[in-house]
Amino acid sequence: MLKAERVSFRYSPNRPWILQGFSLSITPGERVGLYGPSGCGKTTFGRVLAGYLQPIGGKVELDGKPLPPKGYCPVQMIFQHPELAINPRWTIGKALYEAYQPPPSLLEALSLDLHWFERFPHELSNGELQRIAVARVLDPRTRYLIADEMTTMLDANTQAQLWQVLLDVAAQRQLGMLVISHDRPLLERVCTRIVDWAMEAQTT
Amino acid sequence: MLEVRSLSIHFHRYARGLRRTVLTPVVDLDLKVSAGEVVAVVGSSGSGKSLLAHAVLGILPSNAHIEGEIWYKGQLLTPERQAAMRGRRIALIPQSVSFLDPLMRVGAQVLRAAQLSGKNRHSAAAQRAIFQRYQLPLEVERWYPFQLSGGMARRTLVSMAVVGEAELILADEPTPGLHPEVVQETLNHLRQLADEQRGVVLITHDIQAALQVADQIAVFYAGTTVEIAPVTAFSGKGEGLLHPYTQALWRSLPQNEFIPLPGMQPSPQDLPQGCLFAPRCPLATAECTAERPTMRAIAQNQVRCIHAQG
Ligand code: SF4
Repeated sequence: MLKAERVSFRYSPNRPWILQGFSLSITPGERVGLYGPSGCGKTTFGRVLAGYLQPIGGKVELDGKPLPPKGYCPVQMIFQHPELAINPRWTIGKALYEAYQPPPSLLEALSLDLHWFERFPHELSNGELQRIAVARVLDPRTRYLIADEMTTMLDANTQAQLWQVLLDVAAQRQLGMLVISHDRPLLERVCTRIVDWAMEAQTT
Repeated sequence: MLEVRSLSIHFHRYARGLRRTVLTPVVDLDLKVSAGEVVAVVGSSGSGKSLLAHAVLGILPSNAHIEGEIWYKGQLLTPERQAAMRGRRIALIPQSVSFLDPLMRVGAQVLRAAQLSGKNRHSAAAQRAIFQRYQLPLEVERWYPFQLSGGMARRTLVSMAVVGEAELILADEPTPGLHPEVVQETLNHLRQLADEQRGVVLITHDIQAALQVADQIAVFYAGTTVEIAPVTAFSGKGEGLLHPYTQALWRSLPQNEFIPLPGMQPSPQDLPQGCLFAPRCPLATAECTAERPTMRAIAQNQVRCIHAQG
């Protein structure tokens, strides 16, 4: 289980709190939707849960232990802007194969074009880059995924394609997911339960 | 008001080893916009939709090769006419706030836009009035762009586009990754502009946003408009939609069936023969790959498919 226990965060002591005492847990196979307007701390919470940010108060635990400080993190994150998450100086092939060899069936399910592999990120569209980002985080060592407005910038068909692949793999491997979005119909479609950020953040 | 006929845009570029490649991100595109109407052009991001706005404004890069015709109020647009109308009769609401000059006070930028649009004598009054209209507090005049909230920055961009007397507004992805309230507000502004008898083109990847304000939706695929349909056709199971791609797009929404169509759009470097959708079309026949289908009027729709029926 991935668990955030009363986590709080702010960037410095003279800045306002972005998170205050927020708790949430995700079990394997569960897909939790985090719903609410953007800019209200959901992204910060996602980053804390993935270990990108250290909480000031409270703790994040994976199966009762802190997240591993080095090596591959079993909690992975996918962002709204894939162009910011992929090293611009690496070819697509290098970025993709950096961590593991994705199986051909996955490449096919994501409609990845082998011609892209020698190109650089700026030569691909956002939709194409996001497919690469999804392939990357589906490393077999990943156990929890945090998808932060993953398909907000994509067209409806590409959105449905990427989710279909993620939902398949998540079901096979019993991945746990946190899905951050302002799109209620999307959360209702892909999640097993939905947490309303505004209400939760107030009551805690 | 605006009529785009068979617009194609090609770019020539030299790839590694002097291999010359031709990109065609816009292919035989047709579009019509009347005063009082919001026409949304919906297509995936990075697919060349923005080039349509740039072509209408006459601001494509110099290596672009253009075919087809753009008519504005019964006049064929030439580069000279475009230069004369840009910012005056035809205005752009750009995608990115990076369009604002970071070193210039916000009030001065809106004032400059007013002057450029020909409101020389009354530009200061026009700038004040537009600030009031879009609820930009007076002190914002003296701010620099970095001080604006996301919502204020959007309102500033809208103000700059409409401070003059532009009759045709081209909004290029005006809602990229914004707070839902800001998205709503921006869409409302576009609707109001159309209700004042201006023509509005909303270019977006977000079909849900388009459905909220548009009168007509033009579905953009692989560089062309495959179908133009009234917004009311986007309802139920999509019975009112006549092109196979539009039907698939409608089915793929999370509130509908969420079933995607497999495959990807063709690359502008490597367009298929005949119908651009044929490689993914479940209804494709041999005739489909013979030549590019033209737009046909069926019922209230315009459809680029030889097998479409009303
Ligand atoms: S023309 Fe043929 S391939 Fe193209 S959309 Fe129609 S049926 Fe499909």
